[in-house]
Amino acid sequence: MNAMNSMNPQKTANDDGTGNGNGNGTAVPTTETTPVIPLPLGTARLLTATGALLSAASTFLSWTWTTAFPGNLTVTGYPGGLQLLTLTGALLTLAYTLTAWNLPGLRWLNPAAGHNATALMATATLATTWYTLIAISVQLGGLANLEPGGYAAALTTLLTLLGALALPLDRRTAHSFPRTSHLSTTRTGTALRSILRTIRPGRTDRQPPPARPLPTWAEILIITAAFGLALGLVTYGIGTAYGELFTGFLLLAGLGAAALTRAGLLGRLTALTAKHRTPTVTAAFAAAALFPLTQDTDQYTLIAVNILIFSTVALGLNVVVGLAGLLDLGYVAFLGVGAYTAALVSGTTASTLNIHFPFWAAVLTGAAASLVFGVVIGAPTLRLRGDYLAIVTLGFGEIFRITVGNLNGESGPSLTNGPNGIPNIPDLVLFGYKFGSTHHLGSITLNPFANYYLLMLLFTVIVVLVFSRAGNSRIGRAWIAIREDETAATAMGINGFRLKLLAFALGATLAGLAGTVQAHVAYTVVPEQYVFAGPVPPNSAFLLAAVILGGMGTISGPLLGAALLYLIPAKLQFLQDYQLLAFGAALILLMRFRPEGLIPNRRRQLEFHEGTTGSSTLTHAEAPTP
Amino acid sequence: MTTTATAPAETPTDAPTLTATGVTMRFGGLTAVRNVDLTVRHNEIVGLIGPNGAGKTTFFNCLTGLYTPTEGTVAYKGVKLPPKPHLVTKAGIARTFQNIRLFANMTVLENVLVGRHTRTKEGLFSALLRGPGFRRAEHASEQRAMELLTFTGLAAKRDHLARNLPYGEQRKLEIARALASDPGLLLLDEPTAGMNPQETRATETLVRAIRAQGTAVLVIEHDMRFIFNLCDRVAVLVQGEKLTEGTSDTVQADERVIAAYLGTPFEGAPGEEEAAEVAAAEARTEEGDEQ
Ligand SMILES: Nc1ncnc2c1ncn2[C@@H]1O[C@H](COP(=O)(O)OP(=O)(O)O)[C@@H](O)[C@H]1O
Ligand SMILES: [Mg+2]
Repeated sequence: MNAMNSMNPQKTANDDGTGNGNGNGTAVPTTETTPVIPLPLGTARLLTATGALLSAASTFLSWTWTTAFPGNLTVTGYPGGLQLLTLTGALLTLAYTLTAWNLPGLRWLNPAAGHNATALMATATLATTWYTLIAISVQLGGLANLEPGGYAAALTTLLTLLGALALPLDRRTAHSFPRTSHLSTTRTGTALRSILRTIRPGRTDRQPPPARPLPTWAEILIITAAFGLALGLVTYGIGTAYGELFTGFLLLAGLGAAALTRAGLLGRLTALTAKHRTPTVTAAFAAAALFPLTQDTDQYTLIAVNILIFSTVALGLNVVVGLAGLLDLGYVAFLGVGAYTAALVSGTTASTLNIHFPFWAAVLTGAAASLVFGVVIGAPTLRLRGDYLAIVTLGFGEIFRITVGNLNGESGPSLTNGPNGIPNIPDLVLFGYKFGSTHHLGSITLNPFANYYLLMLLFTVIVVLVFSRAGNSRIGRAWIAIREDETAATAMGINGFRLKLLAFALGATLAGLAGTVQAHVAYTVVPEQYVFAGPVPPNSAFLLAAVILGGMGTISGPLLGAALLYLIPAKLQFLQDYQLLAFGAALILLMRFRPEGLIPNRRRQLEFHEGTTGSSTLTHAEAPTP
Repeated sequence: MTTTATAPAETPTDAPTLTATGVTMRFGGLTAVRNVDLTVRHNEIVGLIGPNGAGKTTFFNCLTGLYTPTEGTVAYKGVKLPPKPHLVTKAGIARTFQNIRLFANMTVLENVLVGRHTRTKEGLFSALLRGPGFRRAEHASEQRAMELLTFTGLAAKRDHLARNLPYGEQRKLEIARALASDPGLLLLDEPTAGMNPQETRATETLVRAIRAQGTAVLVIEHDMRFIFNLCDRVAVLVQGEKLTEGTSDTVQADERVIAAYLGTPFEGAPGEEEAAEVAAAEARTEEGDEQ
C-alpha cells in the first residue's frame, strides 16, 4: 500500500496505480497496565525506592582495588568517574519512584503519571553500572578485580529494576506485539517479548494532561534552563576523558532521555519551545556560543568545530533528503567544492591561483561554485527517479574526488595539486580580527579554534534559518509533496523537475558554505576528505546516516545525529577497526526499532490516532531505506 | 489570486471548457483508449461510465498530461494543452485519483495549501527573507484553504495528518485539494468508491455545489444512480471506444449500454464448442507456465 512506502525516498512512480491504505482495522485494545513481575504495588514501590537508594549509596564504596581502571573507583567515601553516572541514575530513579506517591514538589517530573519512566530510568542505571563493572572485569582480567562495593552496585541496581518491573506498567498487549516465530517458541522468548513491549519507548498511548499555563517569563526561564542543561550535557560528553566514561554517559543519557520522553517531560518542553520559537532559537545558540568559554584548551574545541561543520552539512543534506526526498549519495562533493574553492582563493602558497580573496568573497565564491556544480549535476540526473538518482549521485561524488586527485599538472591540468591537496591555508582575518591567535576579551579567553567555532556557529545559524524558513513555505510544502507522492504533486501544478533542482541547488550551496570554513579549520584540503564512506565523519555515507539516525525533515535531528556520529568514533578508539561494521549494525537496529529517527518529525507527533491496531506495522514499513 | 470561494468570473466563451479530439492511447499492443472525442461545456456536469478496464482512467490521464496521448489533442477553453501535468493544472484542470493519492504525512491544511501552488508565486528568496509580501500571501493562501475545508466540511480536521482521516474524508480532502487550484474543470475519478449511501449522497450535493460556483465537472463513476441523478450528459466508454453519449435518459435506455455492462453478446451466444476451446487454451497456457 502506498501509505507504507510514502516516506521512502526511493519510491518509484507509476501511472495511477498505487492507492492509499487506511490502516484502521477493528478496534482492539493495544495497551494494558500490568506489572511484568507480579508483586503487590506497595512492595514493588518499596523495593524500587530502596533499591535506588542503596544503588546511590553503593557509589560511595570502592568498586575496584586498583587505579589501573581510569576514573579512580577505588576510593571509599565519595564517588568518582563512572560512579557519578550511577549515582545520577539512581537518584533520578528514586525521584521517579517517589512521583508515584504524588508528592507535591515532584509531580512536574512525570506529567504522564505512569510507571514506565521509573522502569526506564532503572534500566538506564543498571546499564551504566553493569557496563562499568564488566569493563573493569574485562580490562583488568577477571571478576576478582571487583571490590564488594562493585558487587553491591550490581545487586542493588538489579533489585531496583526488578522492583520497577513489578510496578504496573503501560505495555502493548501481547497480540498487538509483532510475533516472530522463533521468539514465541521458547520461554525466554516469551519473557523477552514481555520486557520488550514494556520498555519500548516513544510509542505511548498515555497522553499527559495539558500543562498548567505559566507566565511567559517563567516559560522562557524553563527553556533557558533546559538549554543550559543541554549545554552541560554536551560539554560533559565532549569532555569525557576516556572511552569508558563516554560509553557509560551515552548509555545513561540515551536511556534517560527515553525515560524523560516516556514521562512526558520532553513532550512538554517541546510544546514550550514550539510556543516560544524566537526565545528557543536564541537560547539554543546562546548556549552553543557559551561552549568555548567552558574550555581551557583547544583539544575539545576542535572536536566541537568539527561537529558543527559535520552537523551543518548534514542539515543541508536534510533539505535534499528530508524535505524533497531525493536520495543523494554524493553530497560530500559539494562540501569539497566549497572547501577547494576557498583554499584556492585563500592566498596559500600552495594554491595554483595566486590570489587572496577576503573571506566574505571566498565564501560567496565557494557557495557559488557549489551551486553551479549542483545545477550541473542535478540538471541531467534529477529526471531520474529513486534508485537511479542514488546511483548517479554516488557516481558523481566519486568522480569529483578522483578528478580533484588528477588535476595535478601530470594527469590533468594543474589546479589542485592532486592527492597531496592544498596545504598551508592561512588563518582567517576578519575586520582585523585574527582567527589564528588567542584573544582575551576581559576575563574571556578565545583560542584559535574557539574563534573558528564561533564563526562556524554563525554559519550553522544561517543554515538552520534557511532550512526552517524554506521548509515552512510554499516551496517547502512543494518539496514535501514531491517526497510524498511525486505524481500527485505534479497533478497539483508543481513542476517536479524544477523544484527538485531547486532543492538540490540549495543543498549544494549550503554545503559549499560550510566547506569554505572547513578549509580554514583543517588548514589543508585533500581529495581523501571527500570520500563516499570512510573513517572520518563528513563523508557521504555518514552524512546520510546522520540525517536518518537523527530524524529526517527535522532541524535538531541531523544536528544530534551528526554529533553522535562524530563523537562515538572519536571517543571510542577501540572501535576504529570495526567502525564501519558497528555503524552498519547500528543503522540496522535503528531501522528496526526506531525508523523515524531519534527525533521524530513534527508531523509524526501529529499522529493522534496511531494508537489503533496496525499502526506499528505501518510505521515500521515506512522505514526509509538507507 | 482570488480569496473568494468562487472561481474567477468567466464569461462563457464560444470555446467549450474541454475539447478532446481523437484521443488514442496505446500501450504496446494494447489500445486502451481509441479515438475518443469528448466536450465539456461551461458549467456542465458530464459523466463518464463504462465497465472496468474500459479505459476511463487512462482517458483522464491523457487529459491531464500524465500520459502523452499516442494520437489526438486536448484543448482547454480553445487552447491546446501541452502533455505536462503541472501545466494542465495551471491552465485550469484539476483532478482527483481513483486510488486516493493524498500527501499522507502532511496535515489536512497543508494538503490543500499544496493545491494552491499554481495560484501563488512566492519563491525561495521571498520565503527566506519573510517580507510582508510573503506573510500576506501565506495568510491569503491559508484563508482560501480554510474556506475550502469549510466548504467540504473538513475545517475541524485541519491539523490532522491526511493518512489518519477516514476513507470518505480522504476523498473529500482530495476534492478540496483539487479545488484549491481554482480550476475551471474538475475531473473526479470514482469519487464515491467505497462510500456508504449517505456519504454518496453528500458527495452528490458537494458536486452540485462545485458546479454552482462555476466549475465544470467530469466524473467517472460506477454508481449509476449517482451518475444519472447528477449529470447533464453521460458518455459511455467500452473497450477504449466511446459507445454513445447523451442525456441520462437516452443513455439509460440504450440497449448497447446495458449489454456492455451485463456482458450479453451483441450477436449470437458463445456456443459450447467455443467455451471448450477457451478451456483448452487455458489448460495449454497453464502447462506452458509450469515448464
Ligand atoms: N500504464 C499502463 N500500461 C499498460 N497498460 C495499461 C496502463 N494503464 C492502463 N492500462 C490498461 O488499459 C486498460 C484500461 O485501464 P483503465 O483506464 O484503468 O480502466 P478503467 O479506469 O476504465 O477501469 C486496462 O486494460 C489496463 O490494463
Ligand atoms: Mg479507473
